[in-house]
Amino acid sequence: MIHSLFLVNSSGDIFLEKHWKSVVSRSVCDYFFEAQERASEPENVPPVIPTPHHYLISVLRHRIYFVAVIQSEVPPLFVIEFLHRVVDTFQDYFGVCTEAAIKDNVVVVYELLEEMLDNGFPLATESNILKELIKPPTILRTVVNTITGSTNVGEQLPTGQLSVVPWRRTGVKYTNNEAYFDVVEEIDAIIDKSGSTITAEIQGVIDACVKLSGMPDLTLSFMNPRLLDDVSFHPCVRFKRWEAERILSFIPPDGNFRLLSYHVSSQNLVAIPVYVKHNITFREGSSQGRFELTLGPKQTMGKAVESVLVSSQLPRGVLNVNLNPSQGTYTFDPVTKLLSWDVGKINPQKLPSLKGSMSLQAGASKPDENPTINIQFKIQQMAISGLKVNRLDMYGEKYKPFKGIKYMTKAGKFQVRT
Amino acid sequence: MTDSKYFTTNKKGEIFELKAELNNEKKEKRKEAVKKVIAAMTVGKDVSSLFPDVVNCMQTDNLELKKLVYLYLMNYAKSQPDMAIMAVNSFVKDCEDPNPLIRALAVRTMGCIRVDKITEYLCEPLRKCLKDEDPYVRKTAAVCVAKLHDINAQMVEDQGFLDSLRDLIADSNPMVVANAVAALSEISESHPNSNLLDLNPQNINKLLTALNECTEWGQIFILDCLSNYNPKDEREAQSICERVTPRLSHANSAVVLSAVKVLMKFLELLPKDSDYYGTLLKKLSPPLVTLLSGEPEVQYVALRNINLIVQKRPEILKQEIKVFFVKYNDPIYVKLEKLDIMIRLASQANIAQVLAELKEYATEVDVDFVRKAVRAIGRCAIKVEQSAERCVSTLLDLIQTKVNYVVQEAIVVIRDIFRKYPNKYESIIATLCENLDSLDEPDARAAMIWIVGEYAERIDNADELLESFLEGFHDESTQVQLTLLTAIVKLFLKKPSETQELVQQVLSLATQDSDNPDLRDRGYIYWRLLSTDPVTAKEVVLSEKPLISEETDLIEPTLLDELICHIGSLASVYHKPPNAFVEGSHGIHQHSADQFAIMKQYFSVLQVWLPATKAKGLEIAGTFSRRQGHMYMDMTFINKALQHMTDFAIQFNKNSFGVIPTTPLPIHTPLMPNQSIDISLPLSTIGPVMKMDPLNNLQVAVKNIIDVFYFSCLIPLNIFFVEDGKMERQVFLVTWKDIPNENELQYQIKECHLNADTVSGKLQNNNIFTIAKRNVEGQDMLYQSLKLTNGIWILAELRIQPGNPNYTGKKKTNATAFSYKLMVHIF
Repeated sequence: MIHSLFLVNSSGDIFLEKHWKSVVSRSVCDYFFEAQERASEPENVPPVIPTPHHYLISVLRHRIYFVAVIQSEVPPLFVIEFLHRVVDTFQDYFGVCTEAAIKDNVVVVYELLEEMLDNGFPLATESNILKELIKPPTILRTVVNTITGSTNVGEQLPTGQLSVVPWRRTGVKYTNNEAYFDVVEEIDAIIDKSGSTITAEIQGVIDACVKLSGMPDLTLSFMNPRLLDDVSFHPCVRFKRWEAERILSFIPPDGNFRLLSYHVSSQNLVAIPVYVKHNITFREGSSQGRFELTLGPKQTMGKAVESVLVSSQLPRGVLNVNLNPSQGTYTFDPVTKLLSWDVGKINPQKLPSLKGSMSLQAGASKPDENPTINIQFKIQQMAISGLKVNRLDMYGEKYKPFKGIKYMTKAGKFQVRT
Repeated sequence: MTDSKYFTTNKKGEIFELKAELNNEKKEKRKEAVKKVIAAMTVGKDVSSLFPDVVNCMQTDNLELKKLVYLYLMNYAKSQPDMAIMAVNSFVKDCEDPNPLIRALAVRTMGCIRVDKITEYLCEPLRKCLKDEDPYVRKTAAVCVAKLHDINAQMVEDQGFLDSLRDLIADSNPMVVANAVAALSEISESHPNSNLLDLNPQNINKLLTALNECTEWGQIFILDCLSNYNPKDEREAQSICERVTPRLSHANSAVVLSAVKVLMKFLELLPKDSDYYGTLLKKLSPPLVTLLSGEPEVQYVALRNINLIVQKRPEILKQEIKVFFVKYNDPIYVKLEKLDIMIRLASQANIAQVLAELKEYATEVDVDFVRKAVRAIGRCAIKVEQSAERCVSTLLDLIQTKVNYVVQEAIVVIRDIFRKYPNKYESIIATLCENLDSLDEPDARAAMIWIVGEYAERIDNADELLESFLEGFHDESTQVQLTLLTAIVKLFLKKPSETQELVQQVLSLATQDSDNPDLRDRGYIYWRLLSTDPVTAKEVVLSEKPLISEETDLIEPTLLDELICHIGSLASVYHKPPNAFVEGSHGIHQHSADQFAIMKQYFSVLQVWLPATKAKGLEIAGTFSRRQGHMYMDMTFINKALQHMTDFAIQFNKNSFGVIPTTPLPIHTPLMPNQSIDISLPLSTIGPVMKMDPLNNLQVAVKNIIDVFYFSCLIPLNIFFVEDGKMERQVFLVTWKDIPNENELQYQIKECHLNADTVSGKLQNNNIFTIAKRNVEGQDMLYQSLKLTNGIWILAELRIQPGNPNYTGKKKTNATAFSYKLMVHIF
C-alpha cells in the first residue's frame, strides 16, 4: 500500500514528508527530480516512475507535486485517486492548496494525513467524517482555542463511519432548510481549420449544496434521462432505482458534494455555442504576418455568451504583435509567446474581433507550426446538452425545504485549429 | 496566527529550549512544545533526543496532545527502542479505554511502532481488539495484523492472527470485511504462503454483499480479490458479473478500473453467443471513455490499460476513436498513449478521420510527438491496405513542408510502406531523392539508401547518389554502412557494366579499412558470392523478400491474457508480466538477474515429466530452480488435446524435504488447444516430511477439468542450498574437527578441467561457499560449506592438483545418516 508521501514544490524542494510505514529516505525522490528535469514542462513529468526498490506515483496540482512512494504491487489509480483526494481535502480545509497554506497549517496537515491513511490503507477520506475528527482551522476557532485551551480534535467517535450512510452525520439541524443543485456542463471540442467539428463531448456534473435537517430522503427526476447513459454517482445514490426507473434517489451528505457526473459522448450531436473566423498567415520572405480573429455566437438558444477569454500559443518565431481589439483587452508575452485576449461578453449585433499584424524575426523562415486557439466562455441558465430537471421531492422529514436548480455551460478544452 | 511559527528557529539552543518547554507545568505550554517538536520533525530535523520528555506528555486526557505524541512515537521509536518500551503501558491501558475512538487509536499506533521488542507486548491487546464489540475497533485491528506481519511474520502466524483475520471476512460490518481482505491480500503478497485467502462460493457471496456497502477503497480491495477467483461454471461467472457491473458507475476511477478487470477476466468464461455476453461488452465502453475525462494522471493509467483492452477486444471501443484525438495541451505522456491507441483502432471505416488528425499533429511543436505522428501515418498505411495510397500522399505533403525532422521520419516510414507494397508507389522516388541532402540522421539515411538500392533500375543516377554517400563511409554509423554495402551490391547486380568500380570500392572499404566485424563479414560474403558465381549471387541478393507483417508491436497473446487478469496494476502500466513486480518487492536487482542467468545455464533444461499420451493431451515439461532465495518449479503446460482445459490444480506427495507449493497453480485462463503456458510455481519446505527413495524424488498430482494425472520427478539438490550457507571461519574449523570420521565421505570428481578459482566461483553460484583456500605442496585445497533448507550444514574439502583433471573431495556433515545420502547426490 502507500508507503510514504513527499510534497515537492515547483523549484524541486521537498517541503513535507509523511511516512505511514518505515521511513523511506528522501533520496528516493532523486529519481523524481531526474524525471522532472527531463520534462520540458512541469505537467509532462510521467505519473509513474520506477526506481530500483520503489515506485513513485505522482500527481501535479496547484503547482505542487504529491509524490507517493509504494513498494509492492498497488493499483496505480488507487494511489492517484487517493492523492487527488488529499488535495481536495486540503483545499476544503484551508481554502487554497498552496505551499504557504500547507506550511501554515502543518499540524492539521499531519493530523489529516494520519487520519486518511493507516499503514497505507485509506481510513477516512470523506470530508464529513474528517471534519468531525479534525475541525478545520478558522480564525475564530484559533482565537477561541488560544483562550480556552480547547483543540481542533474532535472528542467523539465519528458516528458516520459506522452507520449505513457513512457520508452523513446524525443530528443535523438547520433553521433554514435549503437544497441547491447546480447542473454544470463543460464542453470539450476540437474544431478544425474550416470550422467543422472534429470531436465534441460534454462533461457534466450536478453539484449540490444541501442543508437539510435530520435524515431527508430526496428524489430527483429528469425530463430527458435518456441523455444520461454514462454516469458516475456519489455513493449515496441508489443504483437499483436508477437502473429501473431512471430516478435519482438518495440520502444526501450534509453540505457540498458532487451528486453525479456524466458524459455525453461524441456520438450524440453536440451543439457548439460559438464560432471563430480566423486568418493567421505568414508569408515566405516577409517579416510580417497577418492576424485576424472574429468570434460569434451559434446555437445558444438566445442566451448570452459571457466571460469569453481567447488564448493562443503563437509560433516561436513571432517577436511581437500589434493588434487592435474591437472590445476587451489583449496581452502578449514575448517570452512565452502566449497571446491572450479578454473579450468579455459577445454582443451578437457587434461581433468582437482582434485584427493586426505580427512581426517575425528578420530573415527567419516561415514558422512551421499552426497556432491553436483556445477559448473559454460561460453561458448561464442553459445546459448545452439539453438536460433538464423535472422535479425534486423530499421524503422522511416534515418541514418544507427551499429548493433551487441552476444551469450553466462552460468551455472545457475548447480548441480551434488554424 | 498560523502553524508556520513553529518552523521559525530563533536560537541555536533550540533543542534545549524545547526540552524545558516540554517539562513545563502548564498543559498548554506542553502542547505548544509538542507541536514545535512535530514541526521540526517534519522538516527532517533530528529531535530524537527529546524522546523521554515527549513520552512523558503521553499520559493525558487531551486527545489532540495524545495524537501528537503518538505521531512522534511512530517516527522515533525505532531509533530509541529502549525508551519506546516505556510507552507500552500507556498503550495497553488505552486499549481498554471505554471510548472506542481511543481504543482504535491505540491499536493503530501500536502497529506503527516498528520495534521487535515491543511487538510481543502488543499481541494480547490486539487479540482483544480483533474481537471488540465496536466494528470501528475491529476494522482498525485488522489492519494492525498486516502491520505486525510486516515486522514479525512468524509471530503473527504463531499467534493465530491469520485465522482471526480469515474469520473477519464473515463479519457483519462491510468495512471490517473490506479491511480484512485488504490486510490478507497485503500479507499474501509479501509472503506467498498458499491459501491465505481461500476463496470459495460462500466467501465470494460475503464479499459481494460487502462490496455494495463498504467505502470506495474497500470496494477496490474486494474487487481485486474477486479477480483472483476462478468461478466454477458460467452461471457463477455471470452472477458475479451482474453484481459487479454497477461498480462501473462509481465516481472513483480506481473502483471502475478494478471492476473492468473482474469483468474482462470473467468475460472469457461466458459463452460468446449468449445475450448477456453482448450486453456486458456494451456496458464496458462508456466507463472506459469516462476515465479519459479525469485528471491527466488518471488518463495515463487508463490509456495504458485501454491499450491492452483494445488488443484483446477491439470491438469494445471501435466506435469511440474520437475520444482518443489529441488536444494540444494534453501532457506529452497522454498524447503518446492516445496516438498508440488511435493506430490500434484505425480501420477502413475511420481512416480518413485518423489521417486528417495525424497530419494535424505533424505540425505541432513537440518534436517527439511530431515524429511519432509521422510514424503513425506509416503504420496506418501498413495496417489498412485501402488507405495506403492516401497515407503516401499525406506523407508526401509532409515532405513538402521541408521541416527537417518531419522529412526524415517520413522517409523512414515510406521505406516500410515500400516493403509492404512493393512496386506500387515507386513514382514518388524522385520526390524523395530531392531531399537527400537534408538527411542527417542514420535511420533516415539508411532508409533512403535502402530505397535507392532496392529500386536502382528505375533511378537513372542511382550510382551517383550512392557514390555521394560513399565519400564519408567511415564516419557513418554501422547501420548506414551495412545498408550502403548491400545497396551498392544490389545496384551492381542490376547494372553491372557501369558500377564495377563502385562495388570494388565499397567492398574494399568494408573488408580492408573497417574493423567492424559485422561489416567485414558481410563484405567478404558478398565478395565471394560475386567472384564465384554472379548468377547465384543475383538469386540470393535480389530474391523476393517476404512482406512485412501488419502489426509488429502487438503484445504476445499469453502475456496479454496474463495482463488482462491484472488490469489496473503496475504490471498493466508497464505491460510486463506481474511476477516481475512481485520479485521487485523483494528488492531484486540487475545483478541477481545475471546470477539467475548463470543458474539457468546449469539447470534450466526442461524435462518432459508428463507426456501427452499419458495424460489425455496435457503435456508438462519442467525443471526446478532457485532464484533470489526462493525455490521455484518452472513448468510449461501444453494442451495437445482438442478441447480447452480449465480448473488446474497441483498437489505434492509428502517428500524428504517437505516441499510444498506456496501458491495455487497460476493458470487463470482456460488453456486452449495447442496453446502452451509457462508458469513458475514458488515452493517452500514447510510441508510434511517423509523419506523417499531416491531421496530427491517428488511425486506430483496435477488435476484439470478432464482428469487427475500423476508423475514423479527428481529435484536437483542444489535448489535446497540456502544463500546464507557461508560459515564463519572459526566455526568451520571447530566444526570440521568435531565431526567424527564415520560421517566422512571421500570421493573423486573425474575429468574436470577448471582451476580452483573458477571452481569456487561456479560453486558459489549454487550457494556452496568457499571459506578458505590454501596451497599445500602444489595442490590447491578449498574448504567449503553449504547449508540446506532444513538447517543441515555440510562441510567439504576439495583438493585440486593443477594439471590433474580428477579432484579429490572429502565431505563431512554433522547430521545423521540422512545427510549421508545427500552428499552422494551433491556431486
